[in-house]
Amino acid sequence: MSYVRPKFRHPSLPTNKLGYTVDYYEGSLSTLCAGCGHDSISASVIQAAFELNIEPHRLAKLSGIGCSSKTPAYFLSHSHGFNSVHGRMPSVATGANLANKDLIYFGVSGDGDTASIGMGQFVHVIRRNLNMVYVVMNNGCYGLTKGQDSATADNGSKNKSGQVNPFESIDLASLAIELGATFVAQSFSGDKTQLIPLMKAAIKHPGFAFINVISPCVTFNNNVGSTKSYDYVREHVEATSTIDFVPQMTEITTSYGEGTTEKVKMHDGSFIQLNKLSKDWDPLDKRSAVNAIMSAKEKGEILTGLLYMNPDTQDLHQTINSSDTPLNMLHEKELCPGSTILKEINANFR
Amino acid sequence: MSLNTKSIEGQDGSVNQSGINNFVVRFANVNGTGSASANHLFTKAIFRMGIPVTPKNIFPSNIQGLPTWYEVRVSEKGYLGRREGIDLLVAVNPQSMQADVESVRSGGYLLYDSSKKLGQEFIREDINYIGVPLMNMCNENYTDPRQRQLFKNIIYVGALAALFNIDFKELENLLDEQFKGKEKLIPANIKALQLGENYIQKNFKFPLDLRVERRDILKDSILMDGNSACGIGAVYAGATVAAWYPITPSTSVVEAFMDYAATLRVDKTTGKRNVAIVQAEDELAAIGMVIGAGWNGARAFTATSGPGVSLMNEFLGLAYFAEIPAVLIDVQRTGPSTGMPTRTQQSDIMEAAYASHGDTKHILLFPSTPKECFDMTADSFDLAEELQTPIIIMTDLDLGMNDHVSQPLQWDDKRKYKRGKVLSAEDLEKIERFGRYHDVDNDGIPYRTYPGTHPTKGSYFTRGTSRDEYAVYTEDGNKYKQNMDRLMKKWETAKSLVHKPELYQEKNISENGVLFFGTSTYSVEEAMDDMKAQGISIDAIRITSFPFNKTVEDFIKSHKKVFVIEQNRDAQMKSLISIELQIDPNKLISVLNYDGLPITAHHIVQEITTNLFQNQKVK
Repeated sequence: MSYVRPKFRHPSLPTNKLGYTVDYYEGSLSTLCAGCGHDSISASVIQAAFELNIEPHRLAKLSGIGCSSKTPAYFLSHSHGFNSVHGRMPSVATGANLANKDLIYFGVSGDGDTASIGMGQFVHVIRRNLNMVYVVMNNGCYGLTKGQDSATADNGSKNKSGQVNPFESIDLASLAIELGATFVAQSFSGDKTQLIPLMKAAIKHPGFAFINVISPCVTFNNNVGSTKSYDYVREHVEATSTIDFVPQMTEITTSYGEGTTEKVKMHDGSFIQLNKLSKDWDPLDKRSAVNAIMSAKEKGEILTGLLYMNPDTQDLHQTINSSDTPLNMLHEKELCPGSTILKEINANFR
Repeated sequence: MSLNTKSIEGQDGSVNQSGINNFVVRFANVNGTGSASANHLFTKAIFRMGIPVTPKNIFPSNIQGLPTWYEVRVSEKGYLGRREGIDLLVAVNPQSMQADVESVRSGGYLLYDSSKKLGQEFIREDINYIGVPLMNMCNENYTDPRQRQLFKNIIYVGALAALFNIDFKELENLLDEQFKGKEKLIPANIKALQLGENYIQKNFKFPLDLRVERRDILKDSILMDGNSACGIGAVYAGATVAAWYPITPSTSVVEAFMDYAATLRVDKTTGKRNVAIVQAEDELAAIGMVIGAGWNGARAFTATSGPGVSLMNEFLGLAYFAEIPAVLIDVQRTGPSTGMPTRTQQSDIMEAAYASHGDTKHILLFPSTPKECFDMTADSFDLAEELQTPIIIMTDLDLGMNDHVSQPLQWDDKRKYKRGKVLSAEDLEKIERFGRYHDVDNDGIPYRTYPGTHPTKGSYFTRGTSRDEYAVYTEDGNKYKQNMDRLMKKWETAKSLVHKPELYQEKNISENGVLFFGTSTYSVEEAMDDMKAQGISIDAIRITSFPFNKTVEDFIKSHKKVFVIEQNRDAQMKSLISIELQIDPNKLISVLNYDGLPITAHHIVQEITTNLFQNQKVK
């Protein structure tokens, strides 16, 4: 771990449409362990935001507590951030989103934060289809308290001290589909070529977008026998497809073999282009997505890529029919009914 | 059975001057039988006659089938606290009959359903019986079973109208209003009222010595429950986000907000709503949403009761430390644990004042009338944003769920929302470096920015962990301490912004004082009059907020003894005062009530006079 970020930047670093170079999207220096999978995920967030030409101040990053929840400090330093309490990021994100629907809400959580203490809030934020990205940096253990098993640790997985986990693991991706998440993806922190387009698509998705990223813990869960170690994950990752995110107004030039390519049109005119590697799976069909996850699991594989998506989705603001103007921008004129109406209200209580 | 007309004895055995506009009626009903609207009709008719009246629902934590009581006090003098001693009891619940018969004061009345002969065990020599064959009358006049049940209630209201001399026209008007749009229901209701009225007129001497006479005491007062007032206050204050989890007795706060927002917060051009109301999965999520919305620049609130406040503790600590505005309306009920969920108490004071782990203190407001519920709710949004911290409104079940005579709600159209220290994009342009936790004005209150304001300036990382003035994480003990000290400075600033206490005399004159707050106010005011009549004069102060400002401290210091009236077992307000003002607790004498029912003047007078008398003897 280095303590000082080198100031030197290549003079001809490419800029995006806003004129920013990628380093403008960086955050403060990570204090996570060297080699932590989470840092690769942060790097993917930076790249995705850069490539999508996001104005950092129009994105709010939120997290709970844990190693993963520290990461919003390590990307997008020009965005507002909120490191809340353990397992409760979804409610804070919900309130924030209700206040101003026009920002991008990027939530970061861990497997302890989501699958244990925060399970209740995770479940309900999905039900409401809040328009946000929800990334779980999933390492199967509690890193910050030194390696206890989490609820996503696989049954039979061995931890650093050699104990075998006797409990069933919670599969967050299939759970999210079950609960009605409208965008569910799975990835591996070591696979940026897959993770970056997934993040871009998730950001553009107008409802709840969930990405479960297997992100090995180098310090406490990278041992032989762990099903979330780098070696194990690399050997067992099975991608559903290769994925390209094609932004709005861009001509599609890539071509894939007949019958294996699927283009999913997004709400704003963007496309997700998938080169399917699995034949029986249809990303627009919940049932086939759940089947694909389950059969992969039976084979001991970790299925990655976009698993399920419903592009025609109605987010929480549409459900509650809230105003087009963000609620935090309304003033007395729109909000206060005034004294004349109060007199009528009084009259009804006489 | 004949009615006697002997003088009416008060609950303490003294003879009241008059039973005119001065009595207590209790209705003993079975919940879920439609009695609530009939009982409300009775109260409202008296209110419409210009006479101060206060109803209290004494109900079980149950939907259908258990005993429920509705107690109405009529008081020409405007005493609106609860009073012991039932002058007339309407007994229509066989299940509670024995206790109901016993609850009538000697010389009082029992109105019962005489369709069946009253058992010998219910006969007392010292009370008067008014038998009305309610069930038989219903069976004769109505065929529908539900109607038979519902109109039983209306018939006894008609009977009471004759007994108490209630203006029949007022009852008719109320029915007209109630069934506006469903006019065909009116004649059947009027008929039921008349059945009751006629029966009394034919069979009994009426009106009773207890009765009402039209007055013009109430002027433009309203009869409203505190929860509605809080809900309306939130609409007027510009609350745009409400997140909540149902819990008695706070549920109707958000329901009222929802009802009024449904019509008053609709964008006329788009039909969309200028409000977001979310029923959360639990209280933790409810307060989390409020904090997220407050951080992002919306006015947000939640309403809950004791168990909810317990669950919200962690988040309240975050909001205190991260300095995020939030409004929480705590409608207190009887604790601890599930306690008596449908009974009143003022027992969340310590919990709310110091909610969460670590060094935390929260601003509390104590309303005592519906008008104050409205005003304080509206003010709380200003305070929350000015002070960037949670504001907790400490109401209770009695104030929240019962109707109270109140001054009308008022709004000054020139009033502007006080949004606190928020930097705009233009402000940020002028600043070299924005420091979220910088005490620029030396009042402990830093400046904040809403997310999304400026492309390059003003963003910061909000957290519950220790940080420096620029919101950068630090474990430097000095930085942590400086920040905690600044929060104390903000607390001092708050003292000048929160509501001032109400003094009942211009100058402190007597040796002893009374200190109280919230719904005890009604009974304390009555108790002071009673004591005055006995020649005991006592200074009084009503606390309306925490932190306590100097007036509270001065009041206590300038009296030898201060009686602290509160509705909990542990004398929580007394503790809070002792801790915060470093006052000798021995100087503060507790008058407590914690049986789940509102405190009475009689109880207060007894406790205070006993104490004063004992001390005289010691001397």
